[in-house]
Amino acid sequence: MSVSAHEGAKPAKGFRLDLKTAGPLLALILLVVLGYSLNPAFLNEGNVTNILTRSAFIGIIAVGATFVITAGGIDLSVGSMAAFIAGVMIIIMNSAVDAWGASLATVILGIGSSLVLGVGAGFINGFLTTKAKIEAFIVTLGTMGIYRSLVTYFADGGTLSLNNGARDIYRPVYYDSFLRIPYPVWVFIAVAIIGWVLMNRTAFGRYCMAIGSNEHVARYSAIKVDRVKTMTYILQGLCVSLATIIYVPRLGSASSATGVLWELEAIAAVIIGGTMLKGGFGRIGGTVIGALILTSIGNILNLTEIISNYLNGAVQGVIIVAAVYLQRGSLTSKRKKAE
Amino acid sequence: MSLKAIALGLLATSVLAGSAMAQDQIKIGVSIPAATHGFMGGLNWHAAEAEKRLEAANPNIDLIIVTADGPADQASDLEDLVSVHQIQGLVVLPFESEPLTEPVRAVKDSGAFITVVDRGLTDTSIQDVYVSGNNTEMGVNSAEYMKTRLGDGDNIVILRGIPTVLDTERFDAFMGAIEGSGINVLDNKFANWNRDDGFEVMQDFLSRFPDIDGVWAQDDDITLGVVEAIKAAGRESEMFVVGGAGMKEIVKGVMDGDELVPVDVLYPPAQIATAMDVTVNHFVSNGPVGGTYILGSPLITKENAANFYFPDSPF
Repeated sequence: MSVSAHEGAKPAKGFRLDLKTAGPLLALILLVVLGYSLNPAFLNEGNVTNILTRSAFIGIIAVGATFVITAGGIDLSVGSMAAFIAGVMIIIMNSAVDAWGASLATVILGIGSSLVLGVGAGFINGFLTTKAKIEAFIVTLGTMGIYRSLVTYFADGGTLSLNNGARDIYRPVYYDSFLRIPYPVWVFIAVAIIGWVLMNRTAFGRYCMAIGSNEHVARYSAIKVDRVKTMTYILQGLCVSLATIIYVPRLGSASSATGVLWELEAIAAVIIGGTMLKGGFGRIGGTVIGALILTSIGNILNLTEIISNYLNGAVQGVIIVAAVYLQRGSLTSKRKKAE
Repeated sequence: MSLKAIALGLLATSVLAGSAMAQDQIKIGVSIPAATHGFMGGLNWHAAEAEKRLEAANPNIDLIIVTADGPADQASDLEDLVSVHQIQGLVVLPFESEPLTEPVRAVKDSGAFITVVDRGLTDTSIQDVYVSGNNTEMGVNSAEYMKTRLGDGDNIVILRGIPTVLDTERFDAFMGAIEGSGINVLDNKFANWNRDDGFEVMQDFLSRFPDIDGVWAQDDDITLGVVEAIKAAGRESEMFVVGGAGMKEIVKGVMDGDELVPVDVLYPPAQIATAMDVTVNHFVSNGPVGGTYILGSPLITKENAANFYFPDSPF
């Protein structure tokens, strides 16, 4: 007992970081083995492509969430924000079609408006959190309700559908690929790389971690805390906007059912990946793996008949908790061996 | 709208005799779930249309529509309808059967005429009128259509809704009707009456099963996701899809002869309008209206689709 307590106080630093990365990766590998043994179709090229493409939405949003959470914040509004941005994009593109017909310009206008909306929505969350000094949980709980209601209102309770002509032009953004890898996956890769560089190789990333560990100390260290925190929410908004840009061409529609619970999936991906919910420590690579784990669970459940449909949620819950435990568990046991 | 009254209860006639005499403004509350997904959006629209029509035709009738986000919210709505508006009639689509039974009973105790829509209460003696779609018929009609197109050895997959009694009724009826036809049900999964889930579940079915001849998507929102997944896989010539509810886009497709989604099965969001009509009739007509009204779930085909097409509805 006393030995393990001693170890807890003085962990071997270099080794711990390695294991933090290995935990989620190990969970993903186990999941892939499980998936393949339940149904060999799991590793078909088509299925792998599907999983990667689906992961892109949650993954891109989760990269943004990694910064928010690392800096000690939380954003519950991302799912509603995605639905809202998708809805407004569709309205703007549809009215542009009325004016100039279905053209590439229409689609570019839609994409541009998505970026503006995402950055704006992120700024609002950040501004209210830092300047109005309202808890991030409350601010984003509020904006979550606002965006969800607005999209329901715009859609008149039904569904907003993109004009067919514009849709034909926009469709390839989701369905086509480059070097056999679909565009959404390329966007995901790009966002992940940029996120990794920002987090690990720039002052901004270090500031996020410093603020998340101790905001007061960060403030005394002359870090512009409010500006950095607002930037994390803007970055989150930008990520939601990018995810929405590749989401809209998939079904060409938005409704109040769009993006429901995405905020929880994004937060789950971040935590599974090894970022701490209380802030101070962020892992972009882990987040990417976390997103892949979440999507794979759903996919595997659809590929097998073994588990009752009613238990899907339970299986997902067990795997999420197990994935996080594996990462903590292997951490302590390996540390014991190392001593 | 074809109406089929299956059973007529006499329990309502005593209430009828008492209140039909009322001369002044009659207030009727309409408590329904908020428009949080396509079907409810359609239902809200039909409720608003019925309100306009009924109030124009009956100057002494005042309909008050309130929408709720959850069972607790709806219970509060019911209290307000009684205390603030002092309603004489109530049309209610309960969010959930069990939690809303007592709140509706309280409205009944205030002397109001009660019409329950779609999801029933656990104590049916509270209601004077019950109006509902027909989940069993919906499942059976979907299966019957499958049987006209497919036979021994053909494969289908099923995308279900959300795990609820309503979904189970549809599913069990479908499975019962398909039995003995030789049609092989490969698997069934929940797609939560949602386009995105419909898309993903169908993608997974497509990578898992090389030979699919038919899809029962049960719901039109799911159907739209399924159709995209099939098109993305380039397998639209191999199979057809049967949805349900009566979404305008799907009905339009059926009307125009879409081969991938050749038919639809009705589960009318307009049932709220029927319930409002019946309730208003209780106050303005001299015939008995109590009892159970089960609306049909007919097959919507190219020939009759125009009857079920509401281009102005959001659903």
